[in-house]
This record gives sequence, structure tokens and C-alpha cells, in this order.
Amino acid sequence: MLSFAFMRHAYIAGTMIAIISGIIGVYVIGRNMSFLSHMLSEIGFSGASFGIFMSWPPLNGMLLFTIVSSVLIGQLSSKSSRREASISAISSLFLGSGILFLSLANKNASDATSILFGSMIGISQGEVNQILWLSLAVLVIIFLVYRDLRFDSFDHVGAQVKGVNTQLISIVFLVILALSVSVAAQIVGSLLIFVLLTLPAASAKYFTRTVSGMMVFAIGAALLGVWLGLYLGYVTNWPVSFFIAMIECVIYFTALIWNRVRN
Amino acid sequence: MSEPVLAIKNLTVSFPDHLVLNDLSLQLNQGDFLSVVGQNGVGKTTLIRVILRQLAPQHGKIKYHPEFKRMKIGYVPQFRNIDEEYPLSIRDFVGLNLHDSRLPWLSKKERQKLDKIIKQTNLETIQNTPLGDASGGEKQKAYLAQALINDPDLLILDESTASLDNVRKFELLDLVKEFNEHQGVTVLFITHDIELAKDYAHEYLLMRHGNYQSGPIAQFKESDLEEAEHA
Repeated sequence: MLSFAFMRHAYIAGTMIAIISGIIGVYVIGRNMSFLSHMLSEIGFSGASFGIFMSWPPLNGMLLFTIVSSVLIGQLSSKSSRREASISAISSLFLGSGILFLSLANKNASDATSILFGSMIGISQGEVNQILWLSLAVLVIIFLVYRDLRFDSFDHVGAQVKGVNTQLISIVFLVILALSVSVAAQIVGSLLIFVLLTLPAASAKYFTRTVSGMMVFAIGAALLGVWLGLYLGYVTNWPVSFFIAMIECVIYFTALIWNRVRN
Repeated sequence: MSEPVLAIKNLTVSFPDHLVLNDLSLQLNQGDFLSVVGQNGVGKTTLIRVILRQLAPQHGKIKYHPEFKRMKIGYVPQFRNIDEEYPLSIRDFVGLNLHDSRLPWLSKKERQKLDKIIKQTNLETIQNTPLGDASGGEKQKAYLAQALINDPDLLILDESTASLDNVRKFELLDLVKEFNEHQGVTVLFITHDIELAKDYAHEYLLMRHGNYQSGPIAQFKESDLEEAEHA
């Protein structure tokens, strides 16, 4: 299987995506931002469509739209009640635009399908390199702000008293979330980003009690889904996204059952 | 240390529709235990926000002790956004406030600090319990441990005992008293519970709308508070 270049590319890109999704996902759970990550994925769809319309690589369009919109969302309001309304308004605008861009680009349904559900098998060496650089950028930023981001995500009140610049941390986080969404969309598609960015971390909180423990578990769960999903996709010729979604859902529901039994 | 830990002079804070703090002066020396009492809406929370540098006053001066380059303040609120799904253990939660290094993992010195504060606040046996599963009293102890982990110069308790039963209130304040007496931590205790304030505080500050009264807690009269409530 690994003698094929496209499978090697898929495994390299998938591994990086699983690692950053596992790490970022823990912060998404800590900050109660599952809703926002889902919305950013819809915005990502619009960005990819815009990229196709402009004859750019879809990932570039996706990066542009998700980063700009995440900063906009961060600026509009830091209060969660107003933030959710802001997110809905912004994402509706972008989703509508995405349909328009695809229509104007005269592209057929297969382009829309690959943006929405991923096209892991078609990843080129150039795209693998881009994913590696973006993942590295995300990891470096997290390393630099690790403690402040951890404090703000798991105890906002304490972080404010400590003097952490929570407004700046919030914007930095939204930007790395946007980067992660765009990168993860390459493998599972924009509609199923939730699967890698939220489910592994949401499962982790039932098994471990530390931020670092949650990250290790979430990375492991995401890697298992991606590696096994790619293998099953290769063997059966069914969509890789389907297998990844199934594996992550099984892990999540097992975690829920485990938690119920334990309590 | 002869200079006060905190000196507030002629502090005035107003919001567009009303005056909250009017010409308030206050001095805290090292080792003081000041109880701030007064009905809701007299500006107790505003005063805390000014001390925490979250709000800039329109008039007045706040002087922190010159030895403290950036004064360390510990803050224990009544409530925090911690629900039963909160995933971190008590130990990990307390350790969130460690910032001696910027590396993702804790240094040996930081782990020792964490062990010490967990022991001093009697959290050893429950340190691995998820904070979301902890009782109200255990949560407050965890908040206190997090606030004290960096040896703060000033500890602010903002109605921290309000939702606790009598046994837990005394347990928490006994701990605070130990840090106050043995380590010289200055305490600012906001409460509605006068009996508790009398048991633990040395001084009081009674806040009314626009005017303030202070003195040793032994001289505090309940009638002053009743007057304030009916004002």
C-alpha cells in the first residue's frame, strides 16, 4: 500500500493533521468552542470555493477566509452570548457566498463534494509540504503561548487576575484554530472537521484528568482514526472520511458509556 | 516593610449613569486582615476590579508597595465557571497558575511548589479528583490553593464563603488565617457575614453609598450596618 506515492502522501499529511487536531481540540473543548469550530468549517467551504473561482489552490482560499473570519469573530465580541449570534451571521454570509463562487466558477458537483467531504487520495507532494509547514506553524505558536492559552482556556477568571492578556490570547487561538480547520479539511473535508477537531478531545476528558494527558489521548484517538481510516479506505475503496467519522464516533460513544458505568 | 502593601487615596469611579465609588481612601499594611462589608451595589466589586487593575479610576491614586515590581495578587471568587463536566483534576487546576517558566511541562521547582500548596491546603487525598466532581467546600479550597501558589502579597476573598455551610466556612477561613499569621499574607475579605468577619478579621471597612467607615473590627457595631442598609 505504501509503495503508492498517493498513499504515502495521505499518511504523512494525515499524521500531521491528527497531531494538531488532537492538541487544538483540547483547547476547543476547554473554551467551549465546538460550535465555532463547526462554523469555521462552513466558512472554509466558502474559502475553498473562492479559491477554485480564482483558480487558486482551494487550501489558499480556505486559509484566507477562515483566518479573516476568525479575527472578525474575535473582534466583534468576546462575550459568548453575542459571539454565537455573530458566528451565525458571519457563517451564513460565507456559506451563501461559497455556493455563489462554485456556481460562478462553473464547476461540477465533484468539486463541491471533494471540498465538503475531503479528497485524501488526491493530495500532491506540494500540498503535503504546505500541510507540513502550516502544522509546524501551529505547533510553534502553541509552544510559545502554551501556558497562557492553557490557563485562559481552563480558567478564564484566574487568567484575568494573573494579568494574562486574554483578549490577545483569544485572537491568537482563533487564528491557529482557523489554520487547523483549513489543514484538517484536506483529509476529512470541511463538513466533517468536527470529527477530528472535537471528538477525540471530547472523548479524552472522560479518560484523563490533565491537559497534557488529554492531548496525548486526543492525538492517539485522532491518529488511530486517520491511520485505520486510510487503510480501510484503501482496501474497500469506500470514502476515507466515512471510516474516520465512524472510528471517532465509536471512540466517543465508548467514552460516554465508560463514564456512565464508572459513575 | 514599613511602607503599606496597598494605599488607595481619594478613589472615585463613576459609570455613565451613576457614581460608584466616591473619594474612597484605604491603606493595607503587610499582615492586615481587612473585612469589607456593605450592602449590594455600594461598589465592593468595583473596588476589587480597580485593585486587580481591570478598571481604571477617574480620580485618585493607587500605590502598590515599591518592593513589588508587579504585585502578586491572589483572588478567590464566590463562583467560577466550573461545571460538573469540567475535566481537570484539582491538582492540574491548581497548577494552571504556575508561570515560573514558559515551557509546556512543569519544572522540578514548580512541581515542588505544587506539592507544597496541595499539602498546606489539605488537598492531598483528593488532588486527583476531577474538580467538576468536588463539593462546594473542596472547590473553594482548590481556588484558594491556586490563588496562594505563587506566594501572593495580597489575597482577595470575594464572598468566597457565601455558598458554604458553617463547617466549610470555618475550615476555609482557618486556612486563610494560617497564611495570614504565619506567612504575612495580607487579606482583603469581602463578606456579608458579620459574625465571620468578627471571628477572623482585624479591621473593617463599611461601605455605604458614597461614604465609608473603618476601624478595628472589635469596634464594629451592627447598628452601623443596619443604618447603612436603611440609608
